[in-house]
Amino acid sequence: MDVILFLIFAIIAVVAAINVVVQTHPISSAVSLIGVMGSLAILYLLLGAEFIAAAQVIVYAGAVMVLFIFVIMLLNAGAESKRGRSYMVQVLGVPLLIALLGLLAFFVERLFPRTVSVHFGGFQGGTARAIGQALFTTYLLPFEVTSLLILIAILGAIVLARKEMD
Amino acid sequence: MTAVPISWYLTLSAILFVLGVAGFLFRHNIITVFMSIELMLNAVNLSFVTFSYQYKQVNGHLFTFFVMVVAAAEAAVGLAIILTVFKNRSTLNIDEVDSMKN
Repeated sequence: MDVILFLIFAIIAVVAAINVVVQTHPISSAVSLIGVMGSLAILYLLLGAEFIAAAQVIVYAGAVMVLFIFVIMLLNAGAESKRGRSYMVQVLGVPLLIALLGLLAFFVERLFPRTVSVHFGGFQGGTARAIGQALFTTYLLPFEVTSLLILIAILGAIVLARKEMD
Repeated sequence: MTAVPISWYLTLSAILFVLGVAGFLFRHNIITVFMSIELMLNAVNLSFVTFSYQYKQVNGHLFTFFVMVVAAAEAAVGLAIILTVFKNRSTLNIDEVDSMKN
């Protein structure tokens, strides 16, 4: 059952990610990216990360992607044109990317033997309680710095996006 | 066989990361390039959660949480920058935004 669920959602994630890259219209890319994020949330649940799965759906698939789609509709972005790709990218791009993927997969296969395997319920420490405990004890300083970062981001977004007031 | 090897999750993460790199390099629309960055961040989050499972510790979930927070802040600022670029140049093609090139 674990294998079937993993394969279903991994295939959905990969197909949607390919769709993000090959679609010419930004709205199609955005909707495919929501598919990637949703299936990743299911994979997080399989790994026992229930809080992260909920945060993935709420923050990423909810807030961030709604912001993206809002901006795409605001700018009335159309399909992009195919021209203007440089010669070097055409020749070298795909082989180099496949080489990068091969290298990553090689190291993963060498470094992580098949003895460690994932089954649902094998890790119970991903609850909101455990995460909150770690967040407010071990990671208290990064958490507070994060709130400062978000404050700066809000101010920066307002300054960048407001109308010029002369 | 009822369990998934941990390397499958990491390989899926690598595939998603490489697809994000491909989108970042090959696309001309600035919004799609930005979405490819989000795809790469998601791939790294998956490997963090997988490592957290492997070592049976909650730290990886915390890193994922921080990555999500930073990504949300980055999306807000980045989209504001895109709005400003579009307002000044009325184009979304990254090849036409090249005033620092020469």
